[in-house]
Amino acid sequence: MIDKRVKSIAEAMQGIKDGSVVLFGGFGAVGHPKHLIDGLIEQGAKDLTLVGNNAGSGRVEPLVRLLATGRVRKIICSFPRSSGSVVFDEMHKAGKLELELVPQGTLAERIRAAGAGIPAFYTPTAYGTALAEGKEAREFNGRMHLLEHAIKADVALVEAWQADRWGNLTYKLSGRNFNPIMATAADLTIVQTQHIVELGDIGPENTHTPGVYVNRVLHVPYGDPEPALVPTT
Amino acid sequence: MTTTAARAEAASVEGFKPWTRPEMAARLARDIPEGWCVNLGIGIPLLVSNFVKGREVIFQSENGIIGMGGLQKPEELEPWLVNAGKQNVNLVTGASIVHHADSFAMIRGGHIDLCVLGAFEVAANGDFANWTTSLTDGVPAVGGAMDLAVGAKRLWIIMDHTSKNGGTKLLEQCALPLTALKAVSRVYTNFAVLDVGPKGFEVVDMAPGLTMAALQAKTGAKLVAKAA
Repeated sequence: MIDKRVKSIAEAMQGIKDGSVVLFGGFGAVGHPKHLIDGLIEQGAKDLTLVGNNAGSGRVEPLVRLLATGRVRKIICSFPRSSGSVVFDEMHKAGKLELELVPQGTLAERIRAAGAGIPAFYTPTAYGTALAEGKEAREFNGRMHLLEHAIKADVALVEAWQADRWGNLTYKLSGRNFNPIMATAADLTIVQTQHIVELGDIGPENTHTPGVYVNRVLHVPYGDPEPALVPTT
Repeated sequence: MTTTAARAEAASVEGFKPWTRPEMAARLARDIPEGWCVNLGIGIPLLVSNFVKGREVIFQSENGIIGMGGLQKPEELEPWLVNAGKQNVNLVTGASIVHHADSFAMIRGGHIDLCVLGAFEVAANGDFANWTTSLTDGVPAVGGAMDLAVGAKRLWIIMDHTSKNGGTKLLEQCALPLTALKAVSRVYTNFAVLDVGPKGFEVVDMAPGLTMAALQAKTGAKLVAKAA
């Protein structure tokens, strides 16, 4: 019987090696697997390269606390700056945390490509800008493009809404973001899910990520992300 | 007094009335036909969505929403829905959600009719700069601007005509790090609407009371006659 459910965070994070490239889902707080990041702090792997859209805000969320441990060598990211990204700012300025800044669509496609077995691709994004430095440029159909390489990872940390024992997944609303592509791009895909459902309950047309991409599923029914309402005066 | 109000007062002394931000957004929205799929950047561009009432315009948010509605009210709270600025938003009836790679495939693949962004500088050849004022100071962040700029069918910029200290933002050449080359087709400012034509900025519309000579004096690139 296939059963990818694990019983503890320690079991979920077992075997992550020093030097790993770790993808983490989320767009800000939504769809962000913060309990797995907490687990990574506990697990203790170091010399990590993290890949995700943001670099955290404040000082208490797990991603920020992971950065503060000094066990992250590099972050590959599209939008590290935010009003509260103090820990990233401090560590980056102090030279303790390397940054590879990547346009958001290029970041997504580099992850997607890795999961689809494409080692590199050409894109018009960022041609002629400071982010094109050192990259091969080539003309197609009269337009210049840059060669971008896939980001193949050792580990993907994913947040799902529902999961079954095969690891079939759904995501809630904009909690989807980077999660489905990250699930495809790592040797070890670990999922934290709000709900565990019976095999067959999700239904074939409604499965966002087939379980073939998933290795471990941990049930973490933590509730909702922090609201981000804009005050309307 | 806010900077905007102070500038408006100064400008009124010069004999014309600059458009306010809502007026700029409404002026831009007038040019969006029913049926377009539009991506709005964070900040002033988002205001545009308030001025398309009565027309079905589909708003795309690059974090994977097609059919984004307005900002949520406290009683509507759905914390699992955020826009590209990570604000809680609503969906409209008919909306769909995709993952990030599909969202940017939609953008890069030319399926978005219009992208509206803010900018620090726009050049007469359509180059623009909006992502960083320095490559060495501070923490950089780029987000989806570079992808949107090269991918959308057309890119319009909405911004103040001059900087906070009165400097020109419409230039022959950008001085700041570029977001994309030859990408901008139209600029909506608080002073004027300008097309980026083959020879440079062409004036489409001006704020009430403004003359061509006064507009030229506030513009760092030569204004040219509309190409035939």
